[in-house]
Order: sequence, then structure tokens, then C-alpha cells
Amino acid sequence: MSGDGNAADQGPAHRTIELAVAAGIGIFAILVVYGALQAGIGWGFEGPKAGFFPFIMGTILIGATAMNLWHAFQGSRTKVFADWGALKQVGAVTIPIAVYIVLIPFIGIYISSAILIAYFMQRISSYGVVRTALVSIGVPLVTFFVFERWFLVALPKGPLEAMLGY
Amino acid sequence: MAEFANLFNGFATVLAFQDVNIFGTQMYLPFNVFLMVVGIVLGVIIGVLPGLGGANGVAILLPLTFSMQPTSAVILLSCIYWGALFGGAITSILFNIPGEPWSVATTFDGYPMAQQGRAGEALTAAFTSSFIGAFFAVIMITLLAPMVAAFALRFGAAEKFAVYFLAFASFVGLSKEPPFKTLAAMVIGFALATFGTDHMTGSLRLTFGSQYLLPGFDFLIAVIGLFGIGEILLTMEEGLKFKGKDAKINLRVVLDTWKKLPAYWWTYLRSCLIGCWMGITPAGATPASFMSYGIAKRVSKNGKNFGNGEIEGVIAPETAAHAAGKSALLPMLALGVPGSPTAAVLLGGLLIWGLQPGPTLFTENSEFVWGLIASMYLGNVVGLIIVLTCVPLLAAILRVPFGIIAPIILMFCAVGAYTVRNSFFDVIMMLAFGLLGYLFKKTNYPLAPLVLAMVLGDRAEEAFRQALVGSGGSLGVFFSNGLVSTIMALGFIALFWSVISAGLSRIRGTAPATAG
Repeated sequence: MSGDGNAADQGPAHRTIELAVAAGIGIFAILVVYGALQAGIGWGFEGPKAGFFPFIMGTILIGATAMNLWHAFQGSRTKVFADWGALKQVGAVTIPIAVYIVLIPFIGIYISSAILIAYFMQRISSYGVVRTALVSIGVPLVTFFVFERWFLVALPKGPLEAMLGY
Repeated sequence: MAEFANLFNGFATVLAFQDVNIFGTQMYLPFNVFLMVVGIVLGVIIGVLPGLGGANGVAILLPLTFSMQPTSAVILLSCIYWGALFGGAITSILFNIPGEPWSVATTFDGYPMAQQGRAGEALTAAFTSSFIGAFFAVIMITLLAPMVAAFALRFGAAEKFAVYFLAFASFVGLSKEPPFKTLAAMVIGFALATFGTDHMTGSLRLTFGSQYLLPGFDFLIAVIGLFGIGEILLTMEEGLKFKGKDAKINLRVVLDTWKKLPAYWWTYLRSCLIGCWMGITPAGATPASFMSYGIAKRVSKNGKNFGNGEIEGVIAPETAAHAAGKSALLPMLALGVPGSPTAAVLLGGLLIWGLQPGPTLFTENSEFVWGLIASMYLGNVVGLIIVLTCVPLLAAILRVPFGIIAPIILMFCAVGAYTVRNSFFDVIMMLAFGLLGYLFKKTNYPLAPLVLAMVLGDRAEEAFRQALVGSGGSLGVFFSNGLVSTIMALGFIALFWSVISAGLSRIRGTAPATAG
């Protein structure tokens, strides 16, 4: 949507993201109103039904979003949201976090964390193998003792911990 | 006076020796003082590290306190909050990086001072100002909170809703973000709070047939995602590099600085008052620090030199930020309406520990309330000593590169999100909230009202519906007597004032269609 060629070279236009965020909120608002209507917005035996309050909130949100969309439309077309290089950095963090979260149910939080720390230290910064190994094994190990042994809080564990008897 | 007797009982609670089992060793020690020191050290570290702030630091650690006594738990968590307030100043002055939003104004004069080799002086001034601002606020809480609570005991459902309405309306009014964005963020919070079981009728709503939505969204997950993950994504985008100034802080520097400070008594008093006002109304510490800096710049005879390393430019924002940060607990304790996101997380903690925040707390859980207030006095002193002595150590933490710090913070966020309800879905939601937080920050939607609305959603809705049940459905109940009408009218003034002022400057002739 960024009409200005110059801005598009550096990164997405701020206006585009602004409109997308407002549109996303609008969809959420419509979902809330729809769900509220399903739950009933009228007057029941115990007073207002369950959907009454969410319905009001959803309606206000639709109104506010309409205003925000309108403002966003009038916004500058040339202002850049963030340049592509910076967004790449954001992506370079978001994707590993997503993978990390997906791994947790399968191999447990401790091993996943070790992999996450090692990945960051190797890819995003460049550390030596020895230091990477020390930090990425040491931190989850300390966390393990703090949570499982001292605070007696059970965190997700995988096959390795099971082999060791936890 | 009854307050002083209560306060001394509070001190006794905090200082009491207890038999405790720490890591398998039986010990006899003043456990609450121990927790206070642990809390402040943790809090300062949290305040210093990017991506870990007061609100999500407390949110991550909250699940670990579920099994503790409420008084000990709140002492630990509130001290983390005080520690984070102190910690923000260190990064602002030494690194020109505000560790917390409320220390942005401290960078204006604090960093130039550090560049001129006056880092020790700037830090001493900042910590001392924080101490004074906080101390002023605690005295105010001691004197005013019981009175406000006693007054609020008379509140019925309609008055309770009116107080919530006033709090959220002034958010829209005082926020520096566009009013419709503030409104949208706030209403998103209220809407998120309604997912799952309706507590009044027990029926389900907004679950869309999904079992994951049955328990609703927990605000702790939102806090960890919005403030923790969101902050890390922002930091990555900005490609943060730490290049800090060295801090030499010793007794001599501290004493020399202290000699200069009494001359600024008027700046202190003014900043304390601004801070307390902004803290009680839910504007919070960040606008308080900016406002105090702005006014100091205008009235000071050295005003022209502000921005080039003027000590008054450090004193004003730090005093106000701490006065606001602490006084945010007054409405939380007395009315059940938190004045800042971190206070909101603490309020969530009260509910989890089985306490009802609000005026009844003072009558039914007086040991808890006064223990907390006493711990605020003591924690402030302990905090000042810790930060003055540990600056070199804390600056060293900041030199640990982000490539190591970031994944460790991410791990703690995931652990914190999981432990809230032992749910993987929550960990996924944490990332979703993180992306949302990043986008919202970039597009100027404020996060604080969203979190506050999520915490208070159930209670505000309950007050609203109960008031309507009492009146048989008539909205007239919100204007049925002098008290409730006054609060509602103040709320509408706050709400409309913002819409009108925005209308004057930007949109012409737009009707305030969103008054709810």
C-alpha cells in the first residue's frame, strides 16, 4: 500500500502498519460483539445476561477503531515504520522464540532453553564454543535446581529428565 | 492516633523473627527483612536489564509466592517494584538508556553529567531524590489511606463503578497518546477480561467452542508478553549497544552531593506533590517525571542550562517518579483501583492470595496492610543503602551483552508464563501478546490501560451489573445521589475534556461518540 517508492525501499510505511493494526483490532471487536450476542445481551433472571458487558465493550471498540482508522488514513504516506534491516532483526528473534515454544512440550523447558541460549550466542552474537556451552548449559541447570529442588515448582520436562529419574 | 499504633504493629510484623526453612536449612531470622533485601536486589537488577521491567518482573515471580504468607509475599514483590524504580536511574545516567519508561526524563540531565565525569554526583542525587519522593508518598499513604478507605466503605455498587469509571476516564484524559487509541487499548483489556466463565451467572461466553478459551485470558500472561517479549523485540529492532560511562561513587562523593541538595528544597516539595497527584490518579510515574522536569525547567533560574547536566534536572523527575510509583499503591489499597501497571499486578496477587483489595482490607486484614506500609518505610531505607553501595556491581551487569541476556530473559518469561496455570497455551499466548506489545508500542497504543482494564475488568463489570440489578435496569442509578453523581460527573469531565482538546488541535467538529 505504500505508494511512495522511496519509502518502500527502506521499509514498510508507518501508515500501512497503522491501518493493519487498527483493522486487526476491528476484527477482534467484531468477534467480541458476535460472541456477546451468542451469550445473550438482554435481561435474564439474575439481571443483565453474560453477553451484556462484552457487547458494550465491543461496540465502543468498533467506534474507537473507526476513529483510529480514519486518523491512520490521513497519516503521512512517507514515514517509514522501521527499515528492513531492523525488521529482519525482529524476525531473527521472533522465529527462534516461536520454535522454542513449540519445542517445550516435546523436550522440556530446560533443554529447549539451552538450545535457545546457544542459538542466540552463536547466531545473534558470535561467541566461542566454550563460552556458549558454559552459559547455555549452566543457566538452565541452575534454573532446574532453583525450581525443581528449592521452590518445588514442576516445569515441563522431556525424555532426558525422565532418563535421569525426574 | 490509631494509625500510629497500627503502623508500629506493622513494623513489628516486618521485623519479627521467624523459624523458616530455606533450601532445607532450618533458620531463625527476620524473614521479612531477608525477603525485603532479596526483593530490592532482584528489583534493581530487573530495573537495570532491558526487557525486564517492574510490571513483568513482578508478574514472572508472582507464581512463586502462591504458597507464601500474603504479608511476606507482598513484601517481596513490592520491594521488587521499589528496586526497579531505583534501577531505572542507573541505566539512564550511565548508559543514556532508560531502563524504565519513568526514567526517560532522568537521561536529559543525568547522562550529560556522567559525560562530564560527574556520574557519582548524578547517581547520588537520583537515589536521594528517589528516596525523598518515596518517603513523602509513604507518609501520605499512612495518613490518607485509612481515611479514604473508611470513606469508601460507604460505597455501594454504583459508587464502585463510578470510581472505576473516573479512573479509566482520566486515563483517556491524561494520556499523552491519542485519546481514541487509549480508549481502544483500554476496551481491548476489558473485552479480554470477559472471555471464559461469567462470574456472576456462571455461564460461558466468548469461548467460540474452544476448550483453550474456557479459563479466559490471565492478565499475568498479558503483562509478561506485552512488557517482556514486546520490549525485547523493540530492543532488537533498535540494535541496542551498551556503551556506558564509568561510575566512581564513594562516601566522599555522596557526602559532597548531599551538602548541595538542601538548597533545592522547593524543587523537592513541588516534585513530591506532582508525583503524589499523578500517582493517585492513574497517570503513573512516567507522565509525573516528565511533568516535574518540564515545570522545573520553566521555573528554575538555571532553566536554560537544563539538558547540559544540571543537577536539578535529575532531582525533579526522580523525586516525582518515585512519589508517583509509591502513591500508586494508595488507591490500590484503599479503593482497589491500582495506579500503575505494577500496582495492578500486585492487586492481582492480592486476589490470588485470597485477599479482597479495597476498603475492607483495612478492617479485615489490618496486619497485612500495615505490614506492607511498614515495609515501604524500611524497604526505602534498605533500597537507598543497597543502590549507593552496589553501583559498580550493577553497572557490570549491564556490560553483559544483550546476546546472552536476551535468551535468558526469554527463558524466564516462558517459565513465568507457564507457572501461572501450568498451561502451554499460555506460553503461546505470551508470544502473541509480545508481538501485540511490539506493534502497539510502535503505533502509539498505550499498554498500561490495557493491563489495568484486564485486571479490573471483572470487578468493574460486577459493580456495573450489580448496580443495574439494584435499580431494575435503569441507568439513573449512576446519578441517584450526590456522591455517585459527583464521581460520575468528574469522570465525564475527564473523558470529554480529552476528546474536546484533541478535537481542537486535530479533528474539527467530531462528536465524542464513544462516551460509554
